[in-house]
Amino acid sequence: MEALDLARLQFGVTTVYHFFFVPLTLGLSVLVAIMHTQWVRTGDESYKKMTKFWGKLFLINFAMGVVTGIVQEFQFGMNWSEYSRFVGDIFGAPLAVEALMAFFLESTFLGLWIFGWDKLPKGLHLASIWLAAIGTNISAFWILAANSFMQNPVGYTVVDGRATMTDFGALITNPNVLHQYPHVVLGGFTTAAFFVMGISAYHLIRKHKKSQEEVLIFKRSFNLAMAVGFVAVLGTMFAGHMQGQHMADYQPMKLAAAEGLWEDEDPAGLSMFQIGDEANRESVVNVRIPSLLSFLTYDTPDGMVRGLNSLNAEYQTQFADKFNQAYAEQYGLDAIDYIPPAIWLTYWSFRAMVGAGMLMFLLILVGAWFRLRGTLPNRNFYLAVMVFAIFLPYLANSTGWMLTEFGRQPWIVFGEMRVEEAISPNVGIPELWITLITFTLVYGVLMVADIWLLWKYGSAGIEPTQPAQPTPEMVADGKLAVNY
Amino acid sequence: MQLNDLWFILIGVLFTGFFFLEGFDYGVGILLPFIAKNDTERRVVINSIGPVWDANEVWLLTAGGAMFAAFPHWYATMFSGFYLPLFLILLALIVRGVAFEFRSKMEDARWRKTWDYAIFIGSLLPAILFGVAFANIVRGLAIDDSMTYVGTFFDLLNPYSLVGGFVTFAIFTLHGALFLELKTDGVIRERAKAITRPAWIATLVLIVVFVGFSFIDTNMFEDINIIQIVALVVTVGALVFAGFNLFRAKFGLAFIANGLVIVGVVVLLFSSLFPNVMPSSLDPAFSLTVYNASSTQYTLSIMTVVAFIFVPIVLMYQGWTYWVFRKRVTLNSHLEY
Ligand code: HDD
Ligand code: HEM
Ligand code: HEM
Repeated sequence: MEALDLARLQFGVTTVYHFFFVPLTLGLSVLVAIMHTQWVRTGDESYKKMTKFWGKLFLINFAMGVVTGIVQEFQFGMNWSEYSRFVGDIFGAPLAVEALMAFFLESTFLGLWIFGWDKLPKGLHLASIWLAAIGTNISAFWILAANSFMQNPVGYTVVDGRATMTDFGALITNPNVLHQYPHVVLGGFTTAAFFVMGISAYHLIRKHKKSQEEVLIFKRSFNLAMAVGFVAVLGTMFAGHMQGQHMADYQPMKLAAAEGLWEDEDPAGLSMFQIGDEANRESVVNVRIPSLLSFLTYDTPDGMVRGLNSLNAEYQTQFADKFNQAYAEQYGLDAIDYIPPAIWLTYWSFRAMVGAGMLMFLLILVGAWFRLRGTLPNRNFYLAVMVFAIFLPYLANSTGWMLTEFGRQPWIVFGEMRVEEAISPNVGIPELWITLITFTLVYGVLMVADIWLLWKYGSAGIEPTQPAQPTPEMVADGKLAVNY
Repeated sequence: MQLNDLWFILIGVLFTGFFFLEGFDYGVGILLPFIAKNDTERRVVINSIGPVWDANEVWLLTAGGAMFAAFPHWYATMFSGFYLPLFLILLALIVRGVAFEFRSKMEDARWRKTWDYAIFIGSLLPAILFGVAFANIVRGLAIDDSMTYVGTFFDLLNPYSLVGGFVTFAIFTLHGALFLELKTDGVIRERAKAITRPAWIATLVLIVVFVGFSFIDTNMFEDINIIQIVALVVTVGALVFAGFNLFRAKFGLAFIANGLVIVGVVVLLFSSLFPNVMPSSLDPAFSLTVYNASSTQYTLSIMTVVAFIFVPIVLMYQGWTYWVFRKRVTLNSHLEY
């Protein structure tokens, strides 16, 4: 493999991994804050147990989110130094603001929340978890604003080969981020909702072995998550639809890649199943619903949707000033091409995400129906399905990003910088292999430990009593007397 | 003063905040295996930094982000140039951060031991490597005309930078021991106290060696400026004052004095660099400076506004956190896991 492939693989692996933890943090922080609020409002001890139970799972996940995020922060300079030089004037600002505005808030107040149970007045303690949750959701905005610049650069001019910021306001009102932020954050709420519903379902199936209080707690958790989940999935799907329409304007190539659409079409049909031939740039088998793609894109039954081949030809002329024969030779390319690699991946990623989204919506509707009829806790089959459904939002999140990022290729900054120019010239293949393999191994081991701990605490249920304090005698002979 | 100069200072301030706060976190992590003899004691030691270590680490993230925003070339050259050392730092920070959360989640001696090692190594490595990195920057690196570091990993491990690494290691260990003396009680406090004195002696010796080495191996003091002299005097003075208070058993004063040593060292390094941010050893003309490595005035002014609003707010609530957790953590306090 070449350095470029290794650097991309490394970015993909570490970022997708980071994003396993991010969405749960975004949503669960707010759910835990709501539970905590319920406890403070009602004084009902079972809300406190509920808060602590989900809070513990939240913290296990949060720790992983933090440490994998640090890697992200450094990676741009390490593997993508030329990219960092090119966009630094614009791209660094949201990252710095994110740290100042959001990371300090979430980490400080989470520390206060974890250790503040008997040190802070109730109201302040409650405010801590809310501030942490708000910090987390602010952080998402800034990093997405940075990412949106890569998808749809705005508010800049290129001076001496570097992008320079001309309008900070435009950067943070980038139409791309205004669409992306609700989609990603609501996706995070969806993730948390399915996580809470799934684990609650696991316990509700075993309700005969549980105390009445525990059953009550998991019923309440399920209901809360279902309500949040309903709004979140619906919102995610709606925002996603808007993103698709927006994509037709700003990144038509990505839309064509998501649809595996090789030629321009008017009206365009929505592909349901396709086998493509990427070498010859055509599709072999394509099952479609007529006009639906045009309708989804333009809200009318006809309207041209551009295909990969014609866009490619158009870009080849449009960008010929910089990306020409000389450029191709410099970077060892056979030809200048603008079709994203692996169309099958964008195509199936899109379908996996949308499919998972619709399935989740359906599952929530079924749950709501059972709930209205009051039979939810007895629907063991449904509950069992919900346990496995925890996996669905993770699928949607990862495939969503794969669509977004692969579909952007070969651009690293759309219309300005191609990905082969972006890597660090002084980082060699051996170094890339060392870091790629080590990160993958370490991440793999941590993933096992993380899932194992989540499982251990998630399936253990709620203890009837609080762990005891160590007595001085126990401490003296160093015995492990406490239930940690 | 130009915004470029202001941002150079602000980045120095962010690194000072990072070294001051994470400094004792690293020190506590390094001392963990030596000071805590059983599981509860280890928990006490960890809880002394439990509520704050993550927020302290954000100082590093902010410093990195600010570097990216204000001096993109500095960020790009440094992070790609220090590729493997940074990778080691990242690994260390990963296992260390996870360890704090995971170690107590299972009642198994081997599990806990493994994570305790992770905390130790995860604190030791960055404590040394940040010193190595900064010493290398001050010494000058093989940077070519495209602002790219063209040396190797092993060029970074020269005797001078290794001494730099030992300096930060010693300062942080001392800082951690003093912190534990102030934050815990009983046997742990006694053991921490016992470590402060040898750690202080080591710090003193290493700083003297480092300054001497700087005279010989670098052109740090070539055209010496007033800030450098003040920084040097403050560093040495604070160190002596710290020692004086150690022997008088005034640990609070010693801690503050050692904090001043950290400030002094950072100011010394930064003032020796200015106006360079990464001097080139190949040709001074290739050096990165606060002018040729920076962002535009527009970006710098936006960042200035943001920094002047948020840094004070952050300092306020972070300071308040230390006040909330001002009590000593003891074997008998309620231990949050
Ligand atoms: C949509 C949201 C989102 C996205 C796309 C990313 N992150 Fe992230 N990040 C978060 C949302 C988030 C968060 C929810 O705020 C986290 C996750 C879990 C956590 O602990 O905070 C976090 C943690 C986190 C941390 C640790 C913060 C701390 O110590 O408290 C850093 C340094 C980063 N991230 C940096 C990045 C970078 C450079 C990314 C780009 C590649 C990135 N994140 C993608
Ligand atoms: C957290 C969610 C994200 C996921 C899951 C994700 C996923 C990916 C994947 C799979 C790739 C590899 C694509 C390829 O090589 O073909 C990639 C590349 C990249 N992404 Fe993202 N990404 C995320 C967020 C971001 C953000 C927020 C940024 C910037 C702020 C970003 C910047 C980049 C860069 C610089 C590359 C490497 C260059 C490239 O291959 O284009 N990503 N990402
Ligand atoms: C049927 C519903 C959905 C539609 C139509 C949809 C549409 C889209 C589109 C068009 C994009 C690409 C945006 C771009 O690159 O410009 C995208 C990205 C993404 N989707 Fe979806 N989506 C749906 C459901 C979901 C669900 C349920 C989740 C998660 C629970 C999800 C998570 C994501 C994520 C994380 C991204 C990447 C970030 C971004 O670019 O916004 N999506 N989605």
